[in-house]
This record gives sequence, structure tokens and C-alpha cells, in this order.
Amino acid sequence: MMGDAIVTLLDVDKFFGANHVIKKLNLTVQQGEFLTLLGPSGCGKTTILRMIAGFEDASAGSIEVQGERVEDKEAFERDVNTVFQSYALFPHMTVFDNIAYGLTVKRVPKQEIKERVKEMLALVQLEGFEGRRPDMMSGGQKQRVAIARALINNPKVLLLDEPLGALDLKLRKQMQLELKRLQKKLNITFIYVTHDQEEAMTMSDRIAVINNGILEQIDTPKEIYKHPKTRFVADFIGESNILEGQVLDCQDGLCRIQLETGMVLLQSPNRKPADPVMICVRPEVMKYERSPVDGFSLPGTIKDIIFVGAQYRTLIVLENGMEIKVNRVKPEKDLKEGDSVYLYWEPEDALGIGDLKQGGSVNEQQ
Amino acid sequence: MPKHKRERKKRIGQRIATGFALLIYLFIYAPIAVMIVFSFNDQETNYFWNGFTLRWYEKLFYDSSIVEYLWVSLIIAVSATILSVIIGTLGAVGLVRFEFKLKKLVNQSLYIPIVIPEIVLGISLLILFDFIKLPLGFIAIILAHVTFCVPFVIIIMRGRLAGLDLSVEEASMDLGANRMTTFFRITLPMLLPGIISGAFMSFTLSIDDVIISNFVAGPYSTTLPVKILSLVKTGLSPEVNALATIMILVMLFGILANSIVQAVLRKRASTVIKSYF
Amino acid sequence: MNSSDTVKINSRLTKRRHFKRNTAPALAMAGPVTFWMLFFVLLPLLYVIFISFMSRDLYGGIAFEFTTENYTNMLKPVYLNVIWQSIKLAFFTTLICLLIGYPFAYYIARKPSKVAAKLLMLIMIPFWTNSLVRLYSLGLLAAPKGFINIVLQKLGLISEPLQMLHTNGIVVVGLLISMLPFAVLPLYASIEKLDKSYLEASSDLGARPAVTFWKVTVPLTLPGIVASIILVFIPSLGMYYVPETLGGGKIMLIGNLIRNQFLVTRNWPFGASLSILLILITLFMLWFYTRVARLDELEVF
Repeated sequence: MMGDAIVTLLDVDKFFGANHVIKKLNLTVQQGEFLTLLGPSGCGKTTILRMIAGFEDASAGSIEVQGERVEDKEAFERDVNTVFQSYALFPHMTVFDNIAYGLTVKRVPKQEIKERVKEMLALVQLEGFEGRRPDMMSGGQKQRVAIARALINNPKVLLLDEPLGALDLKLRKQMQLELKRLQKKLNITFIYVTHDQEEAMTMSDRIAVINNGILEQIDTPKEIYKHPKTRFVADFIGESNILEGQVLDCQDGLCRIQLETGMVLLQSPNRKPADPVMICVRPEVMKYERSPVDGFSLPGTIKDIIFVGAQYRTLIVLENGMEIKVNRVKPEKDLKEGDSVYLYWEPEDALGIGDLKQGGSVNEQQ
Repeated sequence: MPKHKRERKKRIGQRIATGFALLIYLFIYAPIAVMIVFSFNDQETNYFWNGFTLRWYEKLFYDSSIVEYLWVSLIIAVSATILSVIIGTLGAVGLVRFEFKLKKLVNQSLYIPIVIPEIVLGISLLILFDFIKLPLGFIAIILAHVTFCVPFVIIIMRGRLAGLDLSVEEASMDLGANRMTTFFRITLPMLLPGIISGAFMSFTLSIDDVIISNFVAGPYSTTLPVKILSLVKTGLSPEVNALATIMILVMLFGILANSIVQAVLRKRASTVIKSYF
Repeated sequence: MNSSDTVKINSRLTKRRHFKRNTAPALAMAGPVTFWMLFFVLLPLLYVIFISFMSRDLYGGIAFEFTTENYTNMLKPVYLNVIWQSIKLAFFTTLICLLIGYPFAYYIARKPSKVAAKLLMLIMIPFWTNSLVRLYSLGLLAAPKGFINIVLQKLGLISEPLQMLHTNGIVVVGLLISMLPFAVLPLYASIEKLDKSYLEASSDLGARPAVTFWKVTVPLTLPGIVASIILVFIPSLGMYYVPETLGGGKIMLIGNLIRNQFLVTRNWPFGASLSILLILITLFMLWFYTRVARLDELEVF
């Protein structure tokens, strides 16, 4: 499915005044893939999108689309189209005129415009809406118009800036699947911006996690979840308990780790004694018993057991006050709030995060 | 019963308020009623009613020098309106979108023509035109009117711009329209309601201005209000009443026509496209 | 390509692009209005200040010799009298405008918004007629043989016609008719914005309507009140055509005085100094306004 690079960002920096919002960013987007830029609000993901679209200029570095530098091209000269967060439908035009706009300004013959708009309406399942005005449509319908309007130009890349942000949960889930279907059908590269990790997981071929203007990790959803390269990624993607400690000794890839309030095991290749280490344990693989399990001695006290629908969530407080989240389908029998327990996990279920420094520059080139 | 008492008190209060409001409307409209009635009065001096006639209207159409001043006023008002709307619309967008050194100064100076007494603007323009040796008259009046109309246009437009989603313009460029196309196809149509009310405001300000025009009018080109001011001392002929009556009727008709056209346009827009298929 | 090369290329590109993307459109859009405001508003006003310190030459032109005489001239009893009379008339006009404008605006503001819009439209319509013809018609109504006198005589309330024309009273009425909408609009805007729950809270806490009005309504609508004071008082000082139409040449405002200096007696420097006086009064009132509200809230149109 993936082919050559279609969008390449090389050492891109962006300043807003003295604000350094994008820092030496390198990013390659493959032909035909669904790439999501994921990160908290204000992390710079929208700025990246706007630089590709041509609404912002990079302060340094270069941006290429299909191997061609685009810095000198205006937004209206680039073969990329955008679906805006606010939809940005032209309020004084009908649905038909909105969708036809890109062709109209290119002076495509009327007959052809008519046919292609019709095609687009069918594609987004809005037949019969051509005469409507945007202010008479629901959020989901506006969304489809915005997508049709951007797609009619046959862009090489479609940029989507949190396009589902304004929709309610149910509609959002439905649109996620529809977008994915569209992308597969048209085989157009999608670059999608969102802060919703679940959304990113559902739709993307690859996810680029952005924090503070830095690309933390770019990988498939599965890899990002299973092997977060930085503490930020581990924390941001899914829920996790992050424990800091030091390697005591290792044997056949199994290391004993000294934590502040106990000792645990971690399966990890090539670690040396005295190395600092960060361990990420997802709540669903964290376990606890009344008495210590072989190789582990991490005591804590049950603070809360909360029923949250599909599962029980247990909060366990370590001796240094840190709270550990544990998710269980059923609560352990005869363990209740206030009981002392020992935490453990299967050594292969925990992940060691490479470096201690938060937000290190782990770029995909490395 | 207390409840009844309360209700009665409330109703009396409402009646008093309505009566008061009616009195105010009476106060504002009495002179206009007099103006209209006396335009049909069969007497030159216009103190009391002397029977119905249409001869003032006839005179207006067949031989009247006053109509010439109306034409001058209309041409000036239309030119000043067009200029003000162009400068004001571009200016409002420019002042919102761009940062430049003089921006703050310009923004603040916009308030000057609005708050200082008109007469001060009038004499300062007179002094300016004298200084640059611009002959008083037609051109001078237009320049003066544009000067006090532009700030109003900009303020009205800024209100519109505040509610305008900027990303719509980006969307247009994103879809392949260059800056000019975007301005004419997207920005301008979206600002159209503001432009219309700005134009309306400019036109009404211009056509009725006495204070400033009086200073910059020349001996051979005088607007209708300035002419009327010079006639007021000796008494106005009823043909002036007739003219003013026609003018207010035209204005009312314009408003009505405008609202009908807008309503029709809104309705048609949706059906036109359907018949396209 | 290493990154310092890229930076260089970018900065070169940026300069070229900056002109095309920012400078050119900014020049085309903000240029005309900037020129206009500088050349037709600020420059002339500075020149007026300059001239107000110059002398008048024998032929009614400007002699470029410094003098403060134009300002000391104002203290002559003749002129002081006109200034005082003008301020007095403008004051009464403003006071009456507020006294009838406030309840009127309140009445409109409490109507449903569609009705309110129509009621406001109704007070604007008279402004589409020629104001001079309106004032002249008002004069006809108030004339010795006019409608009002005839009715009063027929009713037997008076035996002799009242002399209403050429009095301060009729000039104030003329100013009132011309200025009332400008008092009502800002008042309406601020009363309409007033959240009704404040009034309910006040009455819930035991305040009688009059107390609520003085303690809650008035303070919260103060910006509108001051705005309407400014929009009525300042123009009233300069509306020379009102006394000219109704005052029979006996009553003068500062505006009439200024007009005479420019169009009749040709003493431009003195007229300029009187204009500076008006500007100073305006500035003082605006300063007063900024104490109760932000300046851009004055935009009530």
C-alpha cells in the first residue's frame, strides 16, 4: 500500500515572534498512507498542517511535495487541499456552489463541473442537498460537504485539521469509519490532525506523536502503543503507570530494577547495571496479591475500587504516595479498600522506556 | 385582592408608558406632518390651510430652480457614497488584517470626524482647501463628505468583520483561488450586508449635510440643504415642502424595495440551483 | 543540503514573498484610508491649531505673526456671553434629551426585539427628510399665526398669541428634535444589554422599584447615559443652522460665531481658536467618558 514519500519536511523550524513552535522537524509522509499528527493542543500539529497547506511559511527548513519544494508556491498553487476544523463552508453559497468552487475558479466547463459535483455528492452520500445552504445543515452534513469540496480538486494530499472535533461522540465514531473507507477507496494520502488518541488509533496507518514542537515518535498505532520510545508517548498514548528506577543486574535479558519503594523485574535487552530506567506498565497488565510474588517486592495499599462499567478500576498507593492504576474485569476476591497488597506483572508485559530525559529528540531517522 | 391590585397597577403603568412613547413620536413627526400638509396647501406663505392643490408639485416638475440643486446633491451623495464604501471597505479589512506603523494613529483618527462637532471638521477642511488652492465647490464637497462618511463605513464594516470566519478565506485559497478571486468571490459577498448598510448610512449623511457643505460649497455648485439654508430666512416656498415630501417617500420606498428584494433573493437561491439539474 | 543553507534560501524567499503576501495587499487596502485620515483629518486639524495662534491681516487673510490675541479675545463680554449662552442651551437640550430619552429607550428595550427594531426605525425615519425643512415646519407650527397658537386661542387658554419664535425655548426644542435619536440609540443599546436578572435579584433582596432603578439600573447603564450626553451635547454647541432657522438671528451658538468668522467677517484665526475651544470641550467629555466605559463602545450605530 505504501509507496514513495509524497510529503517531506526537512529540518523545519517555525517561530511565531520569539515563540519556537516547531523545532527541527523531520517528517516523511508516504504515498497513499493515512498519517495522523497526534498531540495535545498547542503542540504545533496544526501549524505543521498549515505549513504544508501554505497558510504559514516555515521559518527554516524545507517542505517538499512529490519531491518538489513548495516554499515558493502560494496556498492556491499547491496540490494539497484542506478540510478545516470549522468546516469554513462559504455561508453565502449553496452546497453545490461550495463543492464546485475549486473547479469554478479553475474555469472548468460547466457541464464537467455538474458531473463531478454529482459524483462527489454521491461519494459523501449527500445526493439531493445541492440547493441547501450551509446554515441549514447539521454538523455531520457540513462535514461531508467540506470533505467533498476538498476532494473534488483531486488533491495529492488531503489535510484534515481536527475535522470531527465539533461532532458528538456517536457521529464522530461513524465519521471515523467513513473517512477511513473514503481514504482506502480513493487511495489519497491523508494527513490528519487530532488530539484524540482513540481516533488516531482507529484510523491511522501511522501516527506521529508531536509534543512541544518536537516529533516524539512516528510508527504504526500498534508499535506506538506497545513500544513507546519516550515517556511522553507512553503517557499520552493509552493509560500507563510509569515507574522510575535503576538497573541492579541483568541475566538473559531479565533485569532486576530497584525502585524507590521496592524491587521489580523487567524484560529488557542490553541494559547495564546502574542504568537509569523508566518502566511503563499499562493498567490492564498490572497485577496484585496479598503476598509478594517471585522477584517482585513492591508494597502498596488499596485506596479505591471503582466500578466503571466494563471493568473495575483499583487505585493502589505506593509507600511514596504514588498512585498506581490497575484495571480488572473482576475485582480480586476478598480484597477491599485499606488492604495491604504487593504489586507485580509478567516481566514481558512491562516496557522499558529508553531514556530518562523527558522529550528527548527521538526522530524517525534515528 | 392583592393580586388584582398588582395587575391593575401594572396595566396602568403600561398605559402610561405607551402614552408617553406616543407623545414622543407625535413630537418627532409633527413637523413632518406639517411639512407634508403644507406641500398641498394653496397658499404661498404657509401659515394656515387655504385649500388643497397640487400646483407645487407641478411647479417642481415643470419650472423650478430648486430641482437643479437636488441633482447636484444627488450626484455628490452618490459619488461620496461610492468612494466612501470603497475606501471604507478596503480600509476596514486592511485595518483588521494587517499590522503597520501608522495603524494605531489611523484607528484613533477615525473617531475624530465622529465625535468632534461637524463645524470644526467643516472649517478645517475649508482651511485645507484654501491652503492647497482647491477651488470650493463640487469636488471639495465630495472630498469633505467622504471624510466624514468613511469612519462610519469602517465602524459598520468592522462589526461585520468581527463575526467573519477567517478560515473561509483560507479555504478559498486552498481550493485554488488567488487573492483577488478570493476577495471578490468570498470576502466581498460576505461583507455585502455591511457594505449595503454602510452605503445607506453614507448616502443619508451626505444628502442631508448642511454644516460642512456650507463651508466648502462654491458659488456655482451648492447642495440642496445649503440652498435651503439660504432660503430659510426669507421663508420657504411650498415647492420645497413638495420636494422634501417626495424625497422621504422615495427613501421609504427604497427601504421597502430593499427588504423585499432581499427576501426574494434568499428564497430564490435555493430553487435556482435545484433547477440546474 | 545542510540546514544553514536552507535558512538562507528561506530568508531570501521570505523577503520576496513577504511583499507579495503582506506588503502589497496591506498597501492596497489600508493605504487609501491611511492617506485620507492623515491628509483630510489630522493635517487640517494641526493647521487649525497653528492658525489659531496667527494674526488676521487687513484683507481678511492670515498674517503669519504669532499672537495669543485670538484666545484672549474670547474673554470679551460679547463673546463670553455667546459661549455661555451656547453651553446653557446645549446643557438644557442634553438634560431634556436624557429625561425623555431614557424612559423612552427603556420602553423600547422591554419590547420583543422585532418590535423594538421597528420602533427604533420609526424614530430614524424623520432623519431621511431634510432637517432644515423639518425645523422650518416646526417654526411654522410655533409661529404667532401658527397651528399651536390658533388651537390655544380657540380653546380660550390664551387671548394673545404666544411669542414662541426667536426664543431660547424654541431653539432648544429644535435642537431636541434634531438630537433625540442620538440620545435614544446609545441608551437603548445599554438598557437592552442589561440582564433582567440583576433587577430581579435586587427586588428579590427587598429593594423597591425606585431603589432598584437608582442602585442597579442607572449604574449599569451609565456608559449609555454618558455616550448619549456626548452625542447630544457636543453637536449641540455647533449646530448653527438651528438658531438660524428658529432663532431669528438673535440667538447665537458657538457654531454661529465660528461660522461668522469664516463666512462673514473673515477672521479665520479667531474662528480657528473658537474651534479649538470646541475641541477642548470635546476632549474633556471624552476623558470623562473613558472613566465609565471603553472608547470603542461609543460605536452605537
